[in-house]
Amino acid sequence: MHDTAVIFLEFGAVLLGLGVLGALALRAGISPIPLYLIAGLAFGTGGVLPLATSEEFISVGAELGVVLLLLTLGLEYNADELVTSLTSNARAGIVDLVLNAAPGAVCALLLGWGPVAAVAMAGVTYATSSGITAKVLSDLGWIGNRETPTVLSLLVFEDLTMAIYLPVLTTMLAGLSLASGAVSVGIALLTVSVVLVVALRFGRFIEAFVSSPNSEVLLLKVVGLALLVAGLAQQLQVSAAVGAFLVGIALSGQLAHDARALLEPLRDLFAAVFFVFFGFQTDPAKILPVAGLAALLALVSMITKLLTGVYAARRAGIAKAGQARAGIALIPRGEFNIVIAGLAVGAGVHPDLGALAAAYVLILAAFGPLAAKLVQPLIEAIAKRA
Amino acid sequence: MEVEQTALPGIGLRHDFTTRKGQRVGVVSHRTGRRDLVIYDKDDPDRACQTVKLNDEEADALAELLGAPRIVARLNALHQQVEGLVSVQLPIPEGSPYSDRPMGEARVRTRTSASIVAVVRGGRVFASPGPEFVFAAGDVVVVVGSEDSTAEVADILAEG
Repeated sequence: MHDTAVIFLEFGAVLLGLGVLGALALRAGISPIPLYLIAGLAFGTGGVLPLATSEEFISVGAELGVVLLLLTLGLEYNADELVTSLTSNARAGIVDLVLNAAPGAVCALLLGWGPVAAVAMAGVTYATSSGITAKVLSDLGWIGNRETPTVLSLLVFEDLTMAIYLPVLTTMLAGLSLASGAVSVGIALLTVSVVLVVALRFGRFIEAFVSSPNSEVLLLKVVGLALLVAGLAQQLQVSAAVGAFLVGIALSGQLAHDARALLEPLRDLFAAVFFVFFGFQTDPAKILPVAGLAALLALVSMITKLLTGVYAARRAGIAKAGQARAGIALIPRGEFNIVIAGLAVGAGVHPDLGALAAAYVLILAAFGPLAAKLVQPLIEAIAKRA
Repeated sequence: MEVEQTALPGIGLRHDFTTRKGQRVGVVSHRTGRRDLVIYDKDDPDRACQTVKLNDEEADALAELLGAPRIVARLNALHQQVEGLVSVQLPIPEGSPYSDRPMGEARVRTRTSASIVAVVRGGRVFASPGPEFVFAAGDVVVVVGSEDSTAEVADILAEG
């Protein structure tokens, strides 16, 4: 058979399979991300149905998926919101960072995986999935709740931390010497600051260039700009993901809103490919030995997120029940964590890291939203008694 | 009464306040234009126990229902503060000579020197209606002027 034919057959089968899995996830009321990961495990190295021909094609799709994921994440918040969150919620944000980066970092160090793996694992346990959390808030009717601004501003803070963390991580993964590493981290941080300042001060010029009443033109301009900056960032050793993320942050207001609506279907397609590809690279045989460890890590980091939520909500003057809800809403992990693990796996940090991260996200992406649903009646009972 | 405004990053804005009877109510304004009317739980004051999702049109309708009588009340309060000036609400009765006719034909200002500042119809307020505005039976006309002139307007609207 012709190569193109094989690629289309395999890729089509994968996408169709994901569609069916997505429908199942929808019915069960969970995030489809864990199912995509499982599908990737099945199709990849050592899986039940390994795909040979289309792997390269899918890997390019996965790279695009990362860029689009981070671009839309950046579009979610505008520069004003990022700065406000930085000034008014810094303390809760730092508690979040310390409490939730610790489990991953400590785990990697205890396993003897070395400092680079510790930094990567810190990121894997730190970031809450803003996508899954937003869905939980809206599904459970928690958007109007008074603790919700606290939850959202923590997510914004995490986003901002990522803008600094990702370049640091990519530099460490590149294994550069301390001196050149410091230079490249410096470049990265400078770029982040410049982008924020430009977005705050001159955002309207960028918007004037990008904006268009025609959705086709807008789509091409936004994706083009994101890919261009992503490529440039990659050249500078800052990681394509960060570049795309910064483009997302620089665009704001109505333009960001329109662009997000246009990009969402495209992102959903390529992000699904990305999750599958991540599963591809993980040998299912390796999952089982680390499953217990992943469950333990998940449990610990559930508790640390819960504590973070309780702390932040209490600071905002929220009562006990609301504090618990804030903690639970923060539990889900998802896209960011896999992006981080993907970067680490790509750099070959440790053979078991991918499997551990996959199992970990599998548990928390699936269990996070369920936990919120299960605990809701319990919280109501507590509130009634109080 | 103090209305609290809170930013919801990535979603929009929330406004909320507590009524005199202790019920907390809020409105979430989504960036998409959706509005949520939220009622908070008495047992758990941070939880929205009722969320009414409203689209643009529904939110406008609700705002008008709630706002119209208040605008008229405020207008009354305003005019009561000015010496010699009154504002009255006059219904267009069934069988009024001006129902289904444009306002200009009543020549209210020329004949009485009072002004029609608004018309309330079915909970909606039409502020400063023009001469082409067509009256309907059941409309309530808000008139501003002296005691005598507003009384003359009442006669005109009822009998022509």
